[in-house]
Amino acid sequence: MSAAQDQAHPPEQGRVLLEGADVQRAVTRIAHELLESNKGADDLVLLGIPRRGVPLARRLARRLGEVEGSHVPAGALDITMYRDDLRRHPTRELSPTELPPGGIDDKVVVLVDDVLYSGRTIRAALDALNDFGRPRVVRLAVLVDRGHRELPIRADHVGKNLPTSSSERVRVLLEELDGRDAVVITPGGTPGGTGGGAR
Amino acid sequence: MRHLLSAADLDAAAAVRVLDVAEEMAATQRREIKKLPTLRGRTVVNLFFEDSTRTRTSFEAAAKRLSADVINFSAKGSSVSKGESLKDTALTLEAMGADAVVVRHGASGAPHRLAHAGWTRGAVVNAGDGTHEHPTQALLDAYTMRKHLRGGTGDLAGVRVVVVGDVLHSRVARSNVLLLHTLGAHVTLVAPPTLLPVGVQAWPCAVSHHLDAALADVAPDAVMMLRVQAERMDAAQGGFFPSAREYSRRYGLGRERLAALGERTIVMHPGPMNRGLEISADAADSARSTIVEQVGNGVAVRMAVLYLLLAGELPGGHA
Repeated sequence: MSAAQDQAHPPEQGRVLLEGADVQRAVTRIAHELLESNKGADDLVLLGIPRRGVPLARRLARRLGEVEGSHVPAGALDITMYRDDLRRHPTRELSPTELPPGGIDDKVVVLVDDVLYSGRTIRAALDALNDFGRPRVVRLAVLVDRGHRELPIRADHVGKNLPTSSSERVRVLLEELDGRDAVVITPGGTPGGTGGGAR
Repeated sequence: MRHLLSAADLDAAAAVRVLDVAEEMAATQRREIKKLPTLRGRTVVNLFFEDSTRTRTSFEAAAKRLSADVINFSAKGSSVSKGESLKDTALTLEAMGADAVVVRHGASGAPHRLAHAGWTRGAVVNAGDGTHEHPTQALLDAYTMRKHLRGGTGDLAGVRVVVVGDVLHSRVARSNVLLLHTLGAHVTLVAPPTLLPVGVQAWPCAVSHHLDAALADVAPDAVMMLRVQAERMDAAQGGFFPSAREYSRRYGLGRERLAALGERTIVMHPGPMNRGLEISADAADSARSTIVEQVGNGVAVRMAVLYLLLAGELPGGHA
């Protein structure tokens, strides 16, 4: 999440599971799945969850546009103020929420995040959505599903299923924020080391 | 951040952080549903020993928008008017489980006492103490300036601010000088010698007694008019200025001075205004006036302060 954290865990130490074009292929596959299940790009609105869900949503929207030839709006949904664990961490930074101009009422909203883990982030996102409008359908697309759910939540579209131990740490690196695309898994041992959207 | 007692508690990074969080809070207040669940189950006590409808309602709105429970405790008609001490009031509030105490008190230093005497575990926010400080007002003023002059990001490096009027009785002036200096702005105080506090030379700002000269020399980006606090001007202490008319002519922001301001200069006032005394109706209602906007910004800034004080880990690290 922070530069200091990234330095403390250089990605080279971990096992690289997806890299470069693999990530792009996963995004492309999710795009095709979305179009198939939605029967086209009509009414789709992609909302990325900060931080790494946001560039992922933008990419997905771009890919959908290329495949379908129509514009798919993408935005950002900050869920910080809806979290259930605010008291367990130092005060979290807020990120902007940007909803597409058309809003979300009666749209097919696709929440986009990098890693699905406990499911608590998505629970918070559903609460946040509730305050913005009433989508017709809400779906969830994630690049990595690492298991260990703590809530009855599942993803509709998954880039890669990654069985992990809960002591391990899964980090997604993206060109836009980190200079390269990769999914890296590092052994645990960092108490509370669930940054990088891993939780 | 454990308490917010003085604008001096904030270094530049911390102050910019509050303003950045306030920016996100303001964005949430443009939504149809303005309420956020962030501070659900937390209790904020507004402890007001002095009347202040605008500051109290601003804090109340901020706390409620974040879903905190709000208890308003005003001195009038309460146990305080029956002679209860600050300590006993604080212990009562502690027993009620106050997570934050927003305190307005006529005595300078009362919030500091409340924060450090060990009477309450809650976070203490100074909402104005005597003639000392009013840090959230300074934050909302800085927020308003940043919005208009710096596009809503970063600090206020190089911004020139002229603060005019009753500095002596103003807690807003002191907090503003401290915070604006921290953020890199240049502040010039303008007031008659009778309305400047002892020791103002040591403040990190320039001081002038001549408004026209100061406006011409400084070419300010923002002009902040302070209220003439007549209720604090005890006749026994002697007059602070010969007449309201003379004060208005020398230190008021009237039509002519308004017209002479730079094209992008904003006019600010912490409120409540004495129209016709320190500020004319022309100035107060002009397009460059941010006075009404300041009130709205106050809610966002106070949401940010409550969020930063209450949303994180409890001191000691346990949830």
